[in-house]
Parts: sequence; structure tokens; C-alpha cells
Amino acid sequence: MKPHPEKSLSENSAPRFSGRLFHYSSPQTFYPLAGKMIPFFWVAAALFGIAGLWIGFFVAPTDAQQGEAYRIIFVHVPASWMSMFIYLVMAAWAGIGLALGTRLSGMMAQALAPTGALMAALSLATGSLWGRPMWGTWWIWDARLTSELILFFLYVGFIALQAAIDDPRRADKAGAILALVGVVNVPIIYFSVIWWNTLHQGSSVSLTRSPSMAQTMLLGMLLMALCFWMYAIAMALMRVRAIILERERHTEWVRAEINLEKSNALE
Amino acid sequence: MSLVATLMVTARRDLLLAMRRKSDVMVNVFFFVIVVSLFPLGVGPEPALLTKIGPGVLVVAALLSTLLGLPRLFAADHADGTLEQLALSPLPFGLLVSGKILAHWLVCGLPLVLLAPVLGLQFGLDGETLGVLMLALLIATPLLSLIGAIGAALTLGVRGGGALLALLILPLYVPALIFASGAVEAQMAGMSTGGYLSLLAAMLALAVFFAPWATTAALKIALE
Repeated sequence: MKPHPEKSLSENSAPRFSGRLFHYSSPQTFYPLAGKMIPFFWVAAALFGIAGLWIGFFVAPTDAQQGEAYRIIFVHVPASWMSMFIYLVMAAWAGIGLALGTRLSGMMAQALAPTGALMAALSLATGSLWGRPMWGTWWIWDARLTSELILFFLYVGFIALQAAIDDPRRADKAGAILALVGVVNVPIIYFSVIWWNTLHQGSSVSLTRSPSMAQTMLLGMLLMALCFWMYAIAMALMRVRAIILERERHTEWVRAEINLEKSNALE
Repeated sequence: MSLVATLMVTARRDLLLAMRRKSDVMVNVFFFVIVVSLFPLGVGPEPALLTKIGPGVLVVAALLSTLLGLPRLFAADHADGTLEQLALSPLPFGLLVSGKILAHWLVCGLPLVLLAPVLGLQFGLDGETLGVLMLALLIATPLLSLIGAIGAALTLGVRGGGALLALLILPLYVPALIFASGAVEAQMAGMSTGGYLSLLAAMLALAVFFAPWATTAALKIALE
């Protein structure tokens, strides 16, 4: 049996694992790349946000049944979409980290969780604000609101588990298993909540029975979804840079990086 | 060693340990009884209301009392190093863990199934409804033990274990809660219970396959 090469991935991974993807899987190489990408995503988020809000507030027609209050869907629907999508992405990073043992994957999962939780919370808050004029109550045990609430709990559980484990490697792996168990359960929870809802459904208004949407409304919603998407990427990258610095604080390159930042700040 | 014999190695040992320390089992059972008894005190003794909330209350109480027993599932074996020996043994670790989960269900889950009809009477549920309640709990409680084992393994030796465990596991218990209480409510409404019980059983089949596997992975991380 050949002895394992002692060279670590972070030193120079390009020759062994050909291809850019694995080159950037090391925190040391990803840190500056993320730093370069962040401004682009912020600019994109701002542009999509301005366009989406402009369409949402000034172009989209007033809804015949719901009046002006419906305009909160331009925040509510993208937030709900992103809360579900981010959970999938988080679980995918967690799974990759568990399968390949790449340190950065776990950091990405950890960086995505707070943004996902924020999206779920935002979706719940806007949903209840919207429910007040529409249904006359702040909260309704609607299938979607309920499953969103449970998704929020799943995010909180993931963050709490990672926060409770001091060893970052163990925190990553334990979080990864929880995220994967969660991702298997999310569709089961979703459908069980729908079933539960139909069993108990009183006289509430169904979201799915609303009339088909005007083209401009859909466009505004899509633009806002893109805005939230770009925001989520920018936030996750900023957070992952902070996590990298924290976890790799004992390495030479982080010290060099911090000294560089310090000297830049002094100038 | 055959599959069943391997499974029984840890199951028999854990059952023996539970029998030697009966108070642990009784605490769980009485917790179930007390939680269920608190609800009429909270919402009032009106029979129609109690009959309506009865199934849900019983299933929620079963869920909480399963949760109460979960931290003990691996903690003692982890503390005295038994768990490491099990992980190192030539027998498949997944089966040994499954044996422990089986013992946990027999100690924490099965007594609840047997007690549920007695408590159901307090809520004015009739005979056939009590039968469905028992059947639903009989399928749901092993499911709770299996899912809970993943959480117990993940929080092994972690700060704030008990509360954290509840936070991780309770959202995952939602489908079991919905279908178990749904089956009883369907019976009370005169509808077919087959769909609910089949879905519960399907989830149990899934959990029997996947949960020991995920638990084993989580335990190996905790043992590193």
C-alpha cells in the first residue's frame, strides 16, 4: 500500500485535484474569491430590488378584491420561496461536506442557516400582516403558514445544535446529519400539514383559489425573488468569510490577512 | 450471529438495566398521566370539549413523554465507555443501536400504548375510538423512538442537551402527531381510519430503515 501523501489540501490542491472547483474548496483560496464576489451580488440585489419594488408599488395594478394591501406579496412570496430554497442549498452543502470531508462546505451550511431563518421569519411576519386585512385575523392555521412555521423551527434547531457544539468539525458533521434528516422530512411535514388542514379546514380563505395573477405582478414578484436570492448569496458569502477567519485564526495566512487589513486601515 | 440475535444483544441488556432501575420507567409513565390530567384542569371539565381535544392531548402527551426518556438512551453508555466498545465490536453497530432503540420503545413507548385507553376514558372516548387510539399509538410510538434516537445521538455530550433535543426533535414529530390524532378523530367522525394508519405505518417503515443508519452516523461523530 502506498503511504498517504502528507500534503494538506490547503497548501496546493490544484495539481492533484484538477479543476477550479476543488482549488477553491480550501478556505484560504476561497476567502479572497468570496471577497471579490460580494460587491457584485450586492449591486445585483440592489438593482433587482429597485426594479422589483418599482413594479410592485407603481406599475402593478391594484387588486380588484384585495385593494392595495396585497402588495405585501412582493416581499412575502419571495421570502417564502427563499426560505425553502435556502434549506435545500444548506442541506446540499452539508451533504457534500459529510461525503467529501471538505471543511468549506460545512462553513457554507453554517453561513446559510441564519439567512434562511430570517427569510422564514420574514415570511411569517408578512404573512400575518397580510392576513389581518384579508382574513381579519393575525394568524390562521393555514397549511402554508403552519409548514413555514415548522421550517422556521427546523432552522432554529440547526443553528442551536451548531452553537451548542464547541468543536467546529463535530458541529459541522452533526449539523449536516440534522439538515439531511430535515430535508427528508420537509416534504413529509408539508403534505401532512396539508392533510391536517383539510381535515380541520373551517371557513378560511384558500390561497390557491385566488384568481390568476396579472403579468406585471408576476414580473414584480420574480424580480423581488432575484433580489432576495442575490441578497442571500451576498450575506452568506460575508458570513462565510467571518467564519473562515474565526476558525482559521491560528493559521499563518489569516494573520497575514489581518495585518494587511490593519495596515490598509491605518493608511 | 443472526440478525435477530444481534439485535437482541443490546435490547436484552437495556431491558435488564431498565428492570433494575424501575423508577426511571415509572417516572416516564407518570409524566404521561400527569400531562394528560392537566388538560381538563386547564380547559375546563365540559365533556363535549374534552372529547374533542382528547385524541390530540393523548398523542401530544405521548410525544412529550417519549422525549423525556430520550436523553437516557445513550448518555449512560457514552459516559462509561460502553458505547465505544459497541462501536468497536465486530457486530454491526447499526443493529446494536437498533436493539437499544427497541428497548427504549419497550420501556418508554409500550406502557403509554397500554395506558392510553384508561386515560382516554377520562376524556369520554368510546370503545372503538379507544381501539383506534391504541392502534395509532402502537404504530406512532416506535416511530417517535426511532426519530428521537437521531436527536439523542446528535446531542450526546452537548451543552444544554435536553432542551436542545426537544428543539431538534419536536418539529420532526409533527407528521406522527398529525396522523395519529387524525386517525382517532376520523374514527370519531365516522370516517375511514385506513389512510391515516397506512401513512403512519409507511413512515414507520421508512424510519426503521433510515433512522438507525442516521443514528449510527451521529453516534460515530459523537465518539470521534
